[in-house]
Amino acid sequence: MSATGKAWDEGGPERLYAVDQNHGPQPSPPRPVELVSLIVARAEPEPGTAPEQAAVLRMCQFPLSVAEISAYLVLPVSTVTVLLAGLLEDGRVEVRAPVPAAELPDPELLQAVMHGLQNL
Amino acid sequence: MDYRTSEGTAGPRGEDLLPASVAAAVKVVIVGGFGVGKTTMVGSVSEIRPLTTEETMTQAGVGVDDIAGVERKTETTVAMDFGRISLNDKLVLYLFGTPGQERFWFLWDGLFEGALGAVVLIDTRRLEVSFDAVGRLEERGVPFVVAVNAFPGAPVHPTAELRAAMDLPDSVPMIDCDARDRASSRDTLLALVRYLQSLHTVTPETP
Repeated sequence: MSATGKAWDEGGPERLYAVDQNHGPQPSPPRPVELVSLIVARAEPEPGTAPEQAAVLRMCQFPLSVAEISAYLVLPVSTVTVLLAGLLEDGRVEVRAPVPAAELPDPELLQAVMHGLQNL
Repeated sequence: MDYRTSEGTAGPRGEDLLPASVAAAVKVVIVGGFGVGKTTMVGSVSEIRPLTTEETMTQAGVGVDDIAGVERKTETTVAMDFGRISLNDKLVLYLFGTPGQERFWFLWDGLFEGALGAVVLIDTRRLEVSFDAVGRLEERGVPFVVAVNAFPGAPVHPTAELRAAMDLPDSVPMIDCDARDRASSRDTLLALVRYLQSLHTVTPETP
């Protein structure tokens, strides 16, 4: 900001702000997608669609988790989240939210997990 | 970072596609120190070849940074391996192996959030790497089981000794496993699910 250059930077306020931003126990704003949200494409990529978004639409013909999209695109999860936010806004993808795990997961859910694992 | 998007071929192989009926996912996190077998365990039970996802962490004031006042923030990319198990035609389980550097485990926003539970994988030769994990999982209220990975040549300790060394409550299950073995890894996950089920039967009034 200041172009005076040599000024001694005490670093106090800004740094505290930075620390707070990254480590405060702030409740994260509602995120449209999570690591294991399943994404399903609802549209075909159109001419002019950004290449990364087009790639998401192509690979999500069947449900695919955000983590998998991140892996296949070799992009950080946060970048994928931003890509998806754009697609979500236009209704070009559908999100299937993860099963919300409360303090204690639902017994029926656990039973389903148990059965699934036993079938491995 | 190399972008593969231009190839137009990025995406799951045909056999890795989930059925359209899959409605939701759950996740389990495997925590443990570097080289303790997390990736091995993910790989042995996953139905897909394990994939790697990554996240960019912005660190400020973590560790010994900015002594010179030059770097305010450090951007670090943390990678994490994960696998997948289709539980039925509607439900799928994702299994995440936390990155080796423990200071990143709990910085990854959303990694533990919503997880059914965690497996703390330990190597009896290096118990200390799991101390921090156990404490932090307890702090966050993430239920977990401890799995002792059988390494050839690793000293075998009685469970009671390991529990004492880790200061582990009696209620937390400790099981032996071989992360290389599919059945053994599956049984470890089953032990976690059984433990989660048992938490339901405990009357909350009991102090």
